[in-house]
Amino acid sequence: MTTTSAKASRNARPVATRQRPRNIVPHLFIGALLVYFVIPFWWIAVNSSKDAAGLFSGGSALWFAGRVDYIGNLHELFTYNGGIYLRWIGNSALYAFVGGGGATVLCVLAGYGFAKFKFRGRQLAFSALLGAVMVPLTALVIPTFIMLSQLHLTNTIWAVILPSLLSPFGVYLMTVYTRDAVPDELIDAAAVDGAGDFRTFVQVALPLMRPAVVTVLLLSIVATWNNYFLPLAMLSDSKLFPVTVGIGLWQSLASSNNGGGTSLWSLIIIGSLVSIIPLVISFLSLQRYWQGGLSMGSLK
Amino acid sequence: MAHQATVVNGEARASTTANTKAPCTRAQARRRRGAVGWLFIAPFGIVFLVFLAAPLLYAFYLSLFRSALIGGTHFVLFDNYAKAFSDPSFLSGIRFVIRFSAVLIPLQMLISLAIALMLDVVVTRFARFSRLMIFLPYSIPVVIGTIMWGFLYSKNFGPLGEIFGRFGATAPDFLGKDLVFFGLLNVVTWQWAGYYMIILYAALQGIDPTLYEAARIDGASTWQITLRIKVPLITNALLLILVFALIGTLQFFTEPQVLRFLAAGSIGPDFTPNMYAYQQAFALANFNYGSAISFSLGFVVFVCVYVFLFLTRKRGNFLS
Repeated sequence: MTTTSAKASRNARPVATRQRPRNIVPHLFIGALLVYFVIPFWWIAVNSSKDAAGLFSGGSALWFAGRVDYIGNLHELFTYNGGIYLRWIGNSALYAFVGGGGATVLCVLAGYGFAKFKFRGRQLAFSALLGAVMVPLTALVIPTFIMLSQLHLTNTIWAVILPSLLSPFGVYLMTVYTRDAVPDELIDAAAVDGAGDFRTFVQVALPLMRPAVVTVLLLSIVATWNNYFLPLAMLSDSKLFPVTVGIGLWQSLASSNNGGGTSLWSLIIIGSLVSIIPLVISFLSLQRYWQGGLSMGSLK
Repeated sequence: MAHQATVVNGEARASTTANTKAPCTRAQARRRRGAVGWLFIAPFGIVFLVFLAAPLLYAFYLSLFRSALIGGTHFVLFDNYAKAFSDPSFLSGIRFVIRFSAVLIPLQMLISLAIALMLDVVVTRFARFSRLMIFLPYSIPVVIGTIMWGFLYSKNFGPLGEIFGRFGATAPDFLGKDLVFFGLLNVVTWQWAGYYMIILYAALQGIDPTLYEAARIDGASTWQITLRIKVPLITNALLLILVFALIGTLQFFTEPQVLRFLAAGSIGPDFTPNMYAYQQAFALANFNYGSAISFSLGFVVFVCVYVFLFLTRKRGNFLS
């Protein structure tokens, strides 16, 4: 619905607005905001081209230095310390797709269960879910660490993946969406036609739930990819780090020994740039989905 | 009506799939439907119990003990809580987080609302492009966002000195003790305002445009339409982002943790309650006290959000 109305206004309104000159003020305002929101990206894109000398030489911080050397910096990034950076990216992808993907599967199943079945204890379970939405997940990190360490699971990939499967807000979004998007009559009709519960879910309900599925998938993958506190607490072997914890580690190393850290600074800068490129691309290319999807919780 | 149909179908299906000789009773069919419902919820339910309920209970349990190098672990009941709420480090962290939320949340909501309202009115290619760019900071990891701003603030590589130098002024030090509050405020606003803006923007797009026409015919100005129609109609979305912001800022961790290394001296390891819990648990191996802090923090956030939602219940909140 959101997409269609946006599309309709896109076609209709620009002609009318172009005639009104008072739009200059909002445009200036938006332009100023744009500069503010884009400047850090610009800074990182420009400074990724500099070597240590270029960074510290005192040239303009917002413009290229004499030597533009993206290739050299990339080469150093991917070969530094036996190519550990590439490993971090791989770890991030593993955690994000297994953890975030798994979380989405659980959300879809549970959301359908809450929205379309009436059973004893449903109210209570749903209240527990709403309570869980309000629990700050970082408060769980330390007890989860102690629990997992007793099972000898800390410092393994499971210590990051398993807790990432928990996404109460995803279940909530899925329930709210499914309640409206999948009509009861359709499920009953499928049942009359002799489809079992699981078959009804896969063939009738799931296609109707797709927009919500894509949104929850995108949100949980990004949340896992961006997570810092959980892997920071769970992992001590730097070979298992996701890229967020890895770059954090470089940053603390570079800050603590000012002289020897100069070459690390350029690695941190280009490493940050490389790590955000896949996210930026996926958000820009999937904007059709997230723009409608993010508002699901607020629209009724 | 739907309920009846369900029962009838349940009966029909139960008799075919289970191939029972006698037809099932209504109660049996209803029970079967219920069992299937639980089956769909079970996988999430298990994760919920293992990674949410169990850690919470476990944290509470651990927080009742104290372990000493000599003499082992003792049951101390609420001693750890008494210690926490008289611990200047914990209290200063709480005070900081409250002060920070009090400035950040209204600021962030106003900014995102202003941008959303503006982008709802100005529909040009440039505005659409800006909407995307303003959202973009949300998509990048908090660690990277903080590092980027850390660089911009930095005396070594940042542009601030250069810009202020051009006007003959000295650049403000957003990593220094006095201004680090604003430095952090800026990082968080930059990263989250776009996300909130998109939620509000989508809610605005969901309003029926005929309302504006009717109001205009009745002689309402653009300002009146904005304040009397648009803002009240997106109350739910405003509440949603307020709760998000509340939950987010009270568990503040990553930004100060990352900036700590750049802002030597202005951010201590006890800067926020979450950082203090992390330090207690992982640097000092004091898991009992760390758990007490974690649990208090979780509890305080939960109660704050719950009370808030209860107070705003009459206006119809998003969790219903």
